[in-house]
Amino acid sequence: MMNIIVCIKQVPDTTELKIDPVTGTLIRKGVPSIMNPDDKNALEQALLIKDTVENANVTVLTMGPSQATEVLKEALAMGADRAILLSDRKFGGADTWATSETISAAIKKIGNYDIIFAGRQAIDGDTAQVGPQIAERLNIPQVTYVKNFKIENDKVVVERSLEDGYEVIEVQMPVLLTAIKELNEPRYMSINGIFKVFGEGKEVTETWGVDDIEVNLDHIGLKGSPTQVKKTFTPEVRSKGEMLEGDANTIAKNLLSNLKSRHII
Amino acid sequence: MPKTDNNIEYKNVWVFAEQRDGKLMDVSLELLGEGKILADKLNQKVCAVLLGENLQEMSEELIAYGADIVYVCDDKNLKNYTTDVYTKVITSMINAYNPDIFLIGATHIGRDLAPRISARVNTGLTADCTNLEIDETDKKLLQTRPAFGGNIMATIICPNHKPQMATVRPGVMEKNKKNDSNIGEIIDFEINLELEDIKTKILKTVKEKKNNIDIQQAEIIVAGGRGVGNKEGFDLLKKLADKLGGVLGASRSAVDNGWIDHSHQVGQTGKTVRPKLYIACGISGAIQHIAGMQDAECVVVINKNKNAPIFKVADYGIVGDYKEIVNSILKILEK
Repeated sequence: MMNIIVCIKQVPDTTELKIDPVTGTLIRKGVPSIMNPDDKNALEQALLIKDTVENANVTVLTMGPSQATEVLKEALAMGADRAILLSDRKFGGADTWATSETISAAIKKIGNYDIIFAGRQAIDGDTAQVGPQIAERLNIPQVTYVKNFKIENDKVVVERSLEDGYEVIEVQMPVLLTAIKELNEPRYMSINGIFKVFGEGKEVTETWGVDDIEVNLDHIGLKGSPTQVKKTFTPEVRSKGEMLEGDANTIAKNLLSNLKSRHII
Repeated sequence: MPKTDNNIEYKNVWVFAEQRDGKLMDVSLELLGEGKILADKLNQKVCAVLLGENLQEMSEELIAYGADIVYVCDDKNLKNYTTDVYTKVITSMINAYNPDIFLIGATHIGRDLAPRISARVNTGLTADCTNLEIDETDKKLLQTRPAFGGNIMATIICPNHKPQMATVRPGVMEKNKKNDSNIGEIIDFEINLELEDIKTKILKTVKEKKNNIDIQQAEIIVAGGRGVGNKEGFDLLKKLADKLGGVLGASRSAVDNGWIDHSHQVGQTGKTVRPKLYIACGISGAIQHIAGMQDAECVVVINKNKNAPIFKVADYGIVGDYKEIVNSILKILEK
């Protein structure tokens, strides 16, 4: 018997985001929401374990508004057994500290876990903080940037990616691991899975609010967040440069003499 | 959440001095440079936190790069980074000395360690800051970072908790000049480490040389994107890079297409660079890319599409086929 929990997040596809050239604000309309890419690798690894280990059980957990059930359904259609949405107005506006407080409370309620998987980071915030913070609150070890995974006897052996190579790390369970895209190639939803999950009126996910978990109200949401956003703005772009025109040879000459006179080359 | 105790005086700017194999990471020296600027504004000291084995030489190096104090924990169990033990030692140091600000390089190790510490000492943490300032009015740290893939910038504060913690990506801040006549203090930190503290065991460490090309150190970068078209296109760019004494850079789509190794990638998910010269060929300039190269001293853009966003950051813009232009430049340089 092995119980696996996978933490996933629904994110806007940031590669599709555009800035309104007039107002300078972010255009969110029409931007698709997706399962965060690293989280998909995390889920895939859990499903790979389920494929090979007898009696393995995969629970996916997310926090977000009600539309986040979409990524839970996707996870179920890929092969997860159980899906839980943490959704409550009181959870809103949380930074990573308060988010990990909320999610770890939910994990304690699920209980009895051997491995918790999460993506390395989400593409909307890129913080890579919530995974390690959950591990800290559960008082379990963590390995981040996992690019290879196996179970040996009753221990987990993973490769942790570093900037100039990798480490092979042995760790006991329970453990929290964060996945990077090199870990695996996520599967698609299965036809059967889609049929089971997306049928009209089907209730396949559970929703938990603040009353369903044991958490201090001062530790969650905006109120429980030590960091605050003071302001947001669009990145400054430098002033307009000079356009070089003419045939290729003229341009090349012109460019090189400019660079030389500025002592760049 | 539990508020930081107002009766404690929090002072000094701390920098995590990350070492691997007995060598300090550049980002730690860069953070000392930035930490010094912040500390001066606060009338505080900039301090380095160094964990490992045989630390004398590295401690002196940190002082030469501007550290007023180096807090040292020298123990054979700290030779290599492990989450559990490093977190334990550093949180003990924080609780003993109460720093005001704590800066950590956003390396794979820093990003593993920082969130764990922030959760244990109950304070906020801002990831991957690109700018740090002190608020003139309340002396709090203003931490600016990109969000939504670099599409917007956000300034974050941590008003009621200490230390104010931030990670900063390598290459973003500037080192001080090394000065061997600097004077600083080295303070040994004693702690009892139990082997049970280490829950992870490093079986082996593998170095991969091919990822060692350090585009962050290069003065000249010739970079290519989707518009380069294929692997062979990068061969041409390599010729130009060699001629100029530079290295190759790349956009994410060039890397995703398999034309060039990820170690060359510039941008939000790659590396942040600030060379003297950045020549962008066939790169449209997604904001994620621009976030990683806009601090180059001089940017040359060659692109077929005159509306490509990257022209906005160009010092010299050229609308045209990169092959033609690069070949013409090579011809002149070869004369």
